[in-house]
Amino acid sequence: MCWRFFLAMNLNDTDFQLFAVPATFAQDRAALDARWKELQREAHPDRFAAQGAAAQRVAMQWSVRINEAYQRLKDPIRRASYICELHDAPLNAENNTAMPPDFLMQQMEWREALDDASDIGAVEKLQAEVDAGRARALSSLDWLIDEKGDYPAAAQQVRALMFIERFGQDVEAKFDQLGQ
Amino acid sequence: MALLQISEPGQAPDPHQRRIAVGIDLGTTHSLVAAVRNGVAECLPDDQGRVLLPSAVRYLDGDRRQIGFEALAARAEDPANTITSVKRLMGRGLADIANRESMSYRIGGDEGGMVKVQTSVGEKSPVEISAEILATLRFRAEDTFDDELYGAVITVPAYFDEGQRQATKDAAQLAGLNVLRLISEPTAAAIAYGLDNASEGVYAVYDLGGGTFDISILRLTQGVFEVIATGGDSALGGDDYDHALADFVLAQTDVKVGNDSDKAAVLVAARAAKEALTDSDAVVFHADVAGNAARFDLTRAHFDAATKPLTDKTVAAVRKALRDAKLKADDLQGIVLVGGSTRMPQIREAVAAFFGREPLVNLNPDEVVALGASIQANQLAGNNGAGDLLLLDVIPLSLGIETMGGLVERIVPRNQTIPTAMAQDFTTYQDGQTALALHVVQGERDLVSDCRSLARFTLRGIPPMAAGAARIRVTFTVDADGLLSVSAKEQGSGVEASVAVKPSYGLSDDQIATMLQESFSTAQQDMQARALVEARVDADRMLLATQSALDADGDLLNEDERAIIDAAMSALREAAKDSSEAAAIEAATKTLANDTEAFAAQRMNAGIARALAGRKVESL
Repeated sequence: MCWRFFLAMNLNDTDFQLFAVPATFAQDRAALDARWKELQREAHPDRFAAQGAAAQRVAMQWSVRINEAYQRLKDPIRRASYICELHDAPLNAENNTAMPPDFLMQQMEWREALDDASDIGAVEKLQAEVDAGRARALSSLDWLIDEKGDYPAAAQQVRALMFIERFGQDVEAKFDQLGQ
Repeated sequence: MALLQISEPGQAPDPHQRRIAVGIDLGTTHSLVAAVRNGVAECLPDDQGRVLLPSAVRYLDGDRRQIGFEALAARAEDPANTITSVKRLMGRGLADIANRESMSYRIGGDEGGMVKVQTSVGEKSPVEISAEILATLRFRAEDTFDDELYGAVITVPAYFDEGQRQATKDAAQLAGLNVLRLISEPTAAAIAYGLDNASEGVYAVYDLGGGTFDISILRLTQGVFEVIATGGDSALGGDDYDHALADFVLAQTDVKVGNDSDKAAVLVAARAAKEALTDSDAVVFHADVAGNAARFDLTRAHFDAATKPLTDKTVAAVRKALRDAKLKADDLQGIVLVGGSTRMPQIREAVAAFFGREPLVNLNPDEVVALGASIQANQLAGNNGAGDLLLLDVIPLSLGIETMGGLVERIVPRNQTIPTAMAQDFTTYQDGQTALALHVVQGERDLVSDCRSLARFTLRGIPPMAAGAARIRVTFTVDADGLLSVSAKEQGSGVEASVAVKPSYGLSDDQIATMLQESFSTAQQDMQARALVEARVDADRMLLATQSALDADGDLLNEDERAIIDAAMSALREAAKDSSEAAAIEAATKTLANDTEAFAAQRMNAGIARALAGRKVESL
């Protein structure tokens, strides 16, 4: 196995290769944070500030690439969608908005409840439901990707999560509106 | 004069290897320069032992100027030609400037995006005026070390936008400084504090200066300073407290101010009263206005009430930054107060009440930013070996482009770690459309008209296609200084256009070159001699860097490539030794830089790739 330790990194490596973590949905956030800082310590343009413009440009390329990978790996939705893409099951979120009827029903119920909510208590109750819905969707993603390897189904689940996230933002906005 | 050279362990004994790098805090009210000497960061005093340089420039007839205390002393006597608080004008158009009518000097048109100050010796741009202050600090540092500066880290408010950052960088360039990096003021303060107290955890830095307010939330872990969220107001500071207090007193008394001298006198009196109220509960406000003495018995309660809306504004920004960071006040390890204006008791009380604990104030709030900047400068100059300090800063405001209907499509969201590059695909909306106009904006609002316009450029030569068929990828790249460049590429045909975001607010390189030639406060200095010394320092720097690159990675080159570099090196060595023409040395330096460019890129790439792979071994 020693051979691979001597291979240099490549700008085209996947995020998982760059961070030397398993290409799974389950990730240890603390390990990602630590790894991100380790990598930036090597590649950040500040390390090469005394070495001229060419050095700055190359360091910047690497540093940008490391930040890009980190942003994608640490966010569960972006990470899941990236894994689906790597397995030829892209999301096409703009073109593909078909969702199961029961999911859409629940979304509509939530929206109505949010419109009707007139006090903080009601919004908090809704937020708890959204949090539970998000947790359920994430654990099903965990199962679909890491256990079953069913990427098209995972892509569908990611699209559902995007709906939930967007609704979560509206709930936040409602808190602002009610002066919390 | 160096009879003895004493060097600390781990420091380079050779003066040519030890580069002099400084940190400069270019403040609204005053500015400072600091450097790491014998391993300790310290502010450099002027020849009278004062570290603060008032950020004031007075223009006099005959191409003379006064800078600092002398200028400040003349403020009431010659208000129109004495410019204070110029930082508030940096990168700003007329519409951006609050309190314009209560300023004691005249602001003129904003062609090219930035206002000018009208003085009796002509129009002066805020960039030129700031350059006077920076040049004064540069000479102070060079006199202290009796040597040329290698470079400087300049601090800017975290909440400075693109235009303001670019204007600051232009001013530094105009003052003949090699800018190693722009870093944000709260981050610089955190470096000084973090290293001083060996802190770990999440901290908030509340920085209220003379004209700007910043709040930054940072995570400190083993020498890494990661900014999680930042917020603030780049037009809110101690000056506004002066104005509010002056307005309050004028409303309470029936004193009318007539001319610029009156305005300046009232503001000077308000500032004195504000400072006195830090230590006492009551003070007599006194100003000579329109030939009469204006008096008012002022209490701290008056002052607190008159300025409460300003204090509340800062607390609202703190709340927003915490929300962006997804943190609660209890999650923080501590709150650091920075900036002279945090001496006001109402600020300390408001911060303590919001966070439910007393803020940290054990470093001098005036000096802490410059000290932190000098520590970073020392490291960037390579004096600290590989160093164990790493800054991961963010952009303060979202960046986007205008789309149909005057709406903003956000491309880089605020609080994104820099450097960063982010792209989005757009398409044409008309059949046969061959050009696409791009308007780059910055801000959090959804309407273009509510955001700051940064640049416009056009992608031309798109092959005619049906509407919606072209795929135009727009990429925003923000470098480690927080400066933006934008490029657009049609994916099918490969047609490209790009712009460095600079034209609307900064100066063009030509303008800077012209200004550099008109010797400003360096008039007394022998410009030619200085230019020659600078050219030699640059040549030295380039030769050293090339030699160490060849020693380390010479094997990456084939014989021909090596011969070209060797020839360029000896040409430069000769030019630096024999020539008394700065231009000839500069040309030889440039040639060597060009000839080594490919080698440098190759080596860097190999180096980083190796280092990252090495990291992989460790973490496996």
